[in-house]
Amino acid sequence: MINVDSVSLSFGSVRALVDVSLTINKGEITALVGDNGAGKSTLVRCISGIHRPQSGTISLDGEPLHFKNPEEAREAGIETVHQNLALVEDLTVWQNLFLNRELVHRIGPFAVLDKRGMQRQAKEMVSTLAVNVPAVRNRVRRLSGGQRQAVAICRAASFSSRLVIMDEPTAALGVQETARVEELILRLRDEGHAVLLISHNFAQVMRLSNQVWVMRAGRCVGGRRTEATSGEEIVALITGAKNG
Amino acid sequence: MTAAAVLPAKKEHRLTDLGFWAEWAAAVGLVLLVVVFQILNPTFLSSGNIASMLVAAAILVILAVGQTFVVATGGIDLSVASVMTLGAVVFGQAYTMGWGLIGSCLGAVVAGSLAGLANGLIIAKGRITDFIVTLGMLSAASGAALILADGKPVTIVDTFLLKLATGGIGIFGWPVIIAIVIAVAAHGLLFWTRFGTHVLATGGSAEAATATGISTGRVKIAVYTIAGLLAGVGAILLIARVGAAEPASNTSFLLNSVAAVVLGGVSLLGGRATILGPVIGALLLTALTNGLTLLGVSQFYQPLAVGLVVVLAALLTRFQK
Repeated sequence: MINVDSVSLSFGSVRALVDVSLTINKGEITALVGDNGAGKSTLVRCISGIHRPQSGTISLDGEPLHFKNPEEAREAGIETVHQNLALVEDLTVWQNLFLNRELVHRIGPFAVLDKRGMQRQAKEMVSTLAVNVPAVRNRVRRLSGGQRQAVAICRAASFSSRLVIMDEPTAALGVQETARVEELILRLRDEGHAVLLISHNFAQVMRLSNQVWVMRAGRCVGGRRTEATSGEEIVALITGAKNG
Repeated sequence: MTAAAVLPAKKEHRLTDLGFWAEWAAAVGLVLLVVVFQILNPTFLSSGNIASMLVAAAILVILAVGQTFVVATGGIDLSVASVMTLGAVVFGQAYTMGWGLIGSCLGAVVAGSLAGLANGLIIAKGRITDFIVTLGMLSAASGAALILADGKPVTIVDTFLLKLATGGIGIFGWPVIIAIVIAVAAHGLLFWTRFGTHVLATGGSAEAATATGISTGRVKIAVYTIAGLLAGVGAILLIARVGAAEPASNTSFLLNSVAAVVLGGVSLLGGRATILGPVIGALLLTALTNGLTLLGVSQFYQPLAVGLVVVLAALLTRFQK
């Protein structure tokens, strides 16, 4: 569904991405692993419209993508759950869910927020979560880490998104909350979303993903179907002990 | 979803919660001041004194509303008072050049808006700290006012302005009514439009706002333009009140506009704001000055009192959640 084709990007003399090619399939969880600085985040930023590749193409269902900003990527159905969650703590859950997608009524020349409509829809959105659900009128500041992650995932999964990118979605969570967020990720897959999972947690990658791509020093050094590989092989690819 | 899965909003024991007091510091302070001054001087709550206090507060309310939008994005506008001076001088020049009342009013508002726009553009596009840019604008605008006016005040005699300054409905003078309209409109803008939500999001977390595609730069430009525009409106009321367009610096308006915002419980870090809070803050500061004057306390003590009140309020806001 998403095809990354020989994408390269340098920042000055630093070659962050070198000729990276990989594919992400619909209805599957695709894991992206690699050491810190291997280029995972840079690649994600290219897909989500924050960076533009200097060469190579990224295409969605065969259509090449040329995003000028993250907003265009969002419009095309590519949503990102950022490592730092990207929620505004001082706003409520429903305000965060609808941030920059607010519903409005037209009253004459004025576009007035449809608060009730947004609250109602927000309630429906969070009620599908497996995680214990926060009340939508609470400020995000009052939520636990797991609840925040759930809200962030909920926002990414709604609004007919096609690809949900998750950057270390469980890094800051406890064991129980991690399990619940993993359930959510599996559900996204079952609902037909493509999921790109970035994780340092190999057990999680092996547990959740359908395929794994490994990056090392800005290159994509190999891809495996998860069922046809092992944790040892992935580690060997990451460290360079083995070449793809 | 079962009902048990929903976390109920924690019931707050409001009266023992310092955060509650912090949020309503301005209202509590205002009530206290009114009670104290009324006991010390029974003319304090006479309708005449209330009316004059409200009129005296009108300009500050308008500036504080502008300042609130800026502070809600995590910025600060140190140039509001000198932009108002610039607006007043532009009004004076336009009036003497025969632009007429409407032309002169437009001149003041446009001059204020342009100064605010310049602030916003430099902050958003130049990526320079709000503090430095508006500090520069503070100096630049008052300099421009001095140059334009050649350092001299222009007396404005205009029956409409005279009526604006003295007339009104009941105890509400026209400046008060204008201030109320502006405050209500600002409340609507902040809490009932997409723009308002984006202002709060920009102040709450610029990173998160950007990630959802909000152009925080555009929001910044807009809030500084609003502050400048309102400074221009303030300039018109100032001229109506003083009867002249003076290139004088109005430093106390700057300090008091920031003070009103802080008293109003608006977080200087951005992200949390109300309009009612700063409006009450502005009323409190005006009541404080007025009451001290009524009691015959030397004018020299007034800035000291304002300073103490503001720092106390800021201390209280540390307990805000």
